[in-house]
Amino acid sequence: MLYINCPHCGMRSQNEFSYGGDASVKRPELNKEVSDQEWDNFVYNRKSLRGKHLELWQHISGCRQWIKVERDTATHEIFRTFKADEEVA
Amino acid sequence: MQKYSIFNLVKNAFSNHENWDLAWKDPTPKEEYDVVIIGGGGHGLATAYYLAKEHNITNVAIIEKGWIGGGNVGRNTTIIRSNYMHDENGLFSEFGMDLWRKMSQDLNYNVMFSPRGIINLAHSDAQMNAYARRGNSMRLNGIDAVLLNREQVKEIIPMADFSENVRFPIFGGLMQPSAGTARHDAVAWGYARQADSMGVDIIQNCEVIGFDVSAGKIKGIRTSRGNIKAKKVGICVAGSTNILAEKLNMTLPIETHLLQACVSEPVKPVLDNVVTFGAGHFYVSQSDKGEMVMGGDLDGYNSYAQRGNLPTLQHVLTEGIAMMPFLSKLKMLRTWGGIMDMSMDGSPIIDKTHIDGLYLNCGWCYGGFKATPASGWTFAHTIAQDRVHELNAGYSLNRFNTGHLIDEKGLGTKTWIS
Repeated sequence: MLYINCPHCGMRSQNEFSYGGDASVKRPELNKEVSDQEWDNFVYNRKSLRGKHLELWQHISGCRQWIKVERDTATHEIFRTFKADEEVA
Repeated sequence: MQKYSIFNLVKNAFSNHENWDLAWKDPTPKEEYDVVIIGGGGHGLATAYYLAKEHNITNVAIIEKGWIGGGNVGRNTTIIRSNYMHDENGLFSEFGMDLWRKMSQDLNYNVMFSPRGIINLAHSDAQMNAYARRGNSMRLNGIDAVLLNREQVKEIIPMADFSENVRFPIFGGLMQPSAGTARHDAVAWGYARQADSMGVDIIQNCEVIGFDVSAGKIKGIRTSRGNIKAKKVGICVAGSTNILAEKLNMTLPIETHLLQACVSEPVKPVLDNVVTFGAGHFYVSQSDKGEMVMGGDLDGYNSYAQRGNLPTLQHVLTEGIAMMPFLSKLKMLRTWGGIMDMSMDGSPIIDKTHIDGLYLNCGWCYGGFKATPASGWTFAHTIAQDRVHELNAGYSLNRFNTGHLIDEKGLGTKTWIS
């Protein structure tokens, strides 16, 4: 069982959350020409590496907010959590 | 190579089975190979076998970080089927079914292929319609499919829950009678033994740490046991694909996810077929030892852990008990996990890459085991001829760019969402 520290609600079990994928992916900016490659990178291509991974989760059975979680994909250890709009250094 | 036969079995009995040849050797890597296959799983071993058998290329090495057959080919739930709707998947898998049927003779190794049939249960009228459509598509591609009504399903699996007041009543099902199971380890060992006998070097405990590429052409690989030159390199590493892709500065439409499976204590024969639940993701079959072999959803987040987490197991088994209530009486014997190369449309990739002489085989999602022979056969063809075969032409890497997705499940770009 993973325990995720929701920045809005505190420590909760993973059962309350649903997963949203890689949080480092950025949508191409509006009002500018976007190449096919840029769309590909946004929609399909993922690094998905072993080790530290910044990812989105939604606290779907709690406050329903999207949050960012920094987690190790090999050990499942969770290091830090952030609000969705927080910049991660 | 010693042939496995009843006569050799009797002959070796007189020497207490102490004089059998090793099934495969443990060679030191040579300086150079015509083809290097990275990954000694089912697909890698099959690729090497078909390179030697179909294309007469025997100066081949399989480079495996751990031991052969220690990844997903040793961790799956052994289901073999070709019940796909889309042409690309259906024709590819049905080609594989033919290879499965003659595999034991072909490899001189009993892979215990058991075509016991698979039944996908339907729990609504809409699902029955969808299955009728899929069954018709299958039959157009020459794959056997039978649409069963509720009574016919009850005849085959009376132990399922056929009561009226359940959340997901059984309306019927789609059956592929020629689908089945096989002994997964035997598949890896059978391919390894034959490949080795034809001159392929199986190099275990050898990790790939880098690639030598110059002027857009592959020159060789760097490993924990030294540099190996190679004219061609095939990557066949399932859940570890992204780790190697990073060394090549490639970003792929693949995420690595965790999938669990489990078996119950052994019980007397109760289930003849493979059965899948239609209102979620759960499947069950009974092994020759009597264990109920079960599996279902991914854990749902990127993972390289190769071990599971209990909430998902609970979720999956809840579906199982809804489908077959007697399962709740059984004790769990083992659970385990493996890491899946989840592609963005749920279909695999067998293709050339932008690097000359480098080939990619990945994206098998839940369905890697059944594809082992067809994947090895087409990947060997792609490597040997330097062009894709018509069977794997649809499994191109650039289909995500051109929009030719093979979205069998209609899940879009997040195949881990269920």
